[in-house]
Amino acid sequence: MSSSKSLIKKVTGFRLFLPLACLFLVLIINVIKTPTFFNITIQNGVLYGYIIDVINRGSELVIFAVGMTLVVAASGGTDISVGAVSALAGAVCCFVLSGGEQSTDFYHAPYILGVVAAILIGAICGAWNGFLVAKLKIQPMVATLILFTAGRGIAQLLTDGQMIYLRVDHFKMLGASIPGVPLPTPVFVAIIVVILTYFLLKKTALGLYIETVGCNSKAARLVGLNSTAIKFLTYTFCGFCSGIAGLIITSRVYSIDANNAGLNLELDAILAVALGGNSLGGGKFSLLGSVIGAYTIQALTTTLYAMSISADQIPVYKAIVVVIIVTLQSPEFTKMRTALAAKIASGKTAKEAA
Amino acid sequence: MKKLKKMEGNQFLLAITIILFFVMYIIGMIVFGEKGFSKTQVFLNLFISNAGLIVIATSMTIVLITGGIDISVGSVVAMTCMILAYMMENKGVGAVPAVLFVLFIGLVFGLVQGFLVAYMKIQPFIVTLAGMFFARGMTAIISTDMISIKNETFLSWAQAKMYFPIGGYVNKKGIIVNPYIYPSVLIALIVLVIIFIMLKYTKFGRSIYAIGGNEQSALLMGLNVRRTKLKVYILNGFLAAFGGFLFCLNTCSGFVEQAKGFEMEAIASAVIGGTLLTGGVGNVFGSLFGVLIKGTIETFINFQGTLSSWWTKITIAALLAFFIILQSVFAKAKEKKK
Repeated sequence: MSSSKSLIKKVTGFRLFLPLACLFLVLIINVIKTPTFFNITIQNGVLYGYIIDVINRGSELVIFAVGMTLVVAASGGTDISVGAVSALAGAVCCFVLSGGEQSTDFYHAPYILGVVAAILIGAICGAWNGFLVAKLKIQPMVATLILFTAGRGIAQLLTDGQMIYLRVDHFKMLGASIPGVPLPTPVFVAIIVVILTYFLLKKTALGLYIETVGCNSKAARLVGLNSTAIKFLTYTFCGFCSGIAGLIITSRVYSIDANNAGLNLELDAILAVALGGNSLGGGKFSLLGSVIGAYTIQALTTTLYAMSISADQIPVYKAIVVVIIVTLQSPEFTKMRTALAAKIASGKTAKEAA
Repeated sequence: MKKLKKMEGNQFLLAITIILFFVMYIIGMIVFGEKGFSKTQVFLNLFISNAGLIVIATSMTIVLITGGIDISVGSVVAMTCMILAYMMENKGVGAVPAVLFVLFIGLVFGLVQGFLVAYMKIQPFIVTLAGMFFARGMTAIISTDMISIKNETFLSWAQAKMYFPIGGYVNKKGIIVNPYIYPSVLIALIVLVIIFIMLKYTKFGRSIYAIGGNEQSALLMGLNVRRTKLKVYILNGFLAAFGGFLFCLNTCSGFVEQAKGFEMEAIASAVIGGTLLTGGVGNVFGSLFGVLIKGTIETFINFQGTLSSWWTKITIAALLAFFIILQSVFAKAKEKKK
């Protein structure tokens, strides 16, 4: 009796229990609603299916979530500029490769130059945010509000408010798939980003530093950590991730629409972090949790699409799910639940005594 | 003398905002003077086109003072407009009951958000993020089409011009045209003044500042932090719906994409007006000037003619950066003094 109880406690006490449970719940609802959910077919040497779609479409979100996790952990604030920065990075990439033309069939500059430019601009934007947050000690949300407002404006300035098309087969590979490889390319990019970040955090002390700074920035400084530099680094890294995500977003539609690229993705990314069981107040974090959170959100979105709910109406269901999950995770709710359980238990013993 | 020095930081920021607004306006008058920028009506148009935003920015300021944030307001405005349009056009409900119903919805919306923030202790950002999704999605569920309002009572409210007896000019036909405002402007300004008085002179207003300054101390002082926060969010929900109503008076239509990014404009206005996002500091009149500065930039771009709309975003962001950095410099100087 007691051993089974402790096992349950162990399972439910596991940090990733809630995020994983949510993901499974979403998947189970899917299987009930659409029995073909897990079916995978091969067309033209590429895997197709709902589940592949979730993994594929979720790639950008995963990359955003990785950057966001670190930012949240180190500074206890969120970077709301990631969507705008990714649009800017995409615009820069297209601008460099198209040589300023609106529609082109060939590269005007080497492909690698476009990629480097995009990632670099992402990192620069991140560094600007980092400078404001770490050095000038501005609240993260306000600091990133600047680029949130300006990012798309600058991108439109660059593209002259038009869409830039890059009709080059090679350019589409990053967002679609490389011939001969059965899985879409974004999946690999996401996996690489997650694994590299994971090892960077675990094999060096960086992960520990970030948690320390996030728990107590002042104390971290007193024990000799450079809090400013670490916060700055996380924001720069987040910008770097946005740059990569921007490349994928652009490549998917082989064009850049500065107004809509990566729209509202910052919100999804923050949700992914929260769903992953990370406190938005900073401190301890779980990269894996955020990744699971990102896929949960993507699975939810795909589910709703599969249930033929229009894109405009999806937010309602997302909101309800988010409120339920976040309420379940809140410490106040746990307190209420334990208080209620204690009340019931005491009532029982009182009855037995009587 | 000591008191004067104490006031300096925050009052100074507010003063800069006000001065900046007037400097910008005077520059506009000099540059675009021939195009009619110096007309009184152009100045009043700033209020007319931003009446809704003034109310929203005011309520945002209150939430920011408590140290919270509400990013759902833009969506609530869209939902309000949609419900108003849908009820009046598709269901034939009268204008008065429709408006009352919308305000009630706002109250309920605020109540739910407030409960989650104050009693469940979930971060305001996440709660209102969900609220934002919910309200925007609800708008789409009600109708994905654009509905124009043709209700006569509503239109009569929207188009009732209130002329000023002075400040008119003689037009080409020789008729004196007096500057006018719509009732929505007057209502927005009344709300602003009421909120200002409430924040400054009532117990509720003072406790809002106390909670924003230091929640722990406020609690130890015996303030009911939870209930105050709940009240703030209820008030905010109500004002968001009210702002939506005023916004609707200006647009007279409801559609899904309406008022997108409104929340950020409200936050930016408050920040430009000297409100700190850490809570405890803020002034609704500052936010009013924040809104006016935003309006002035838009008017500039309209008058200039060749500049594209994205310049608004870039200029506002630049101003935001300027004020934020200024705030941080002041905060640092204060710390050093200590």
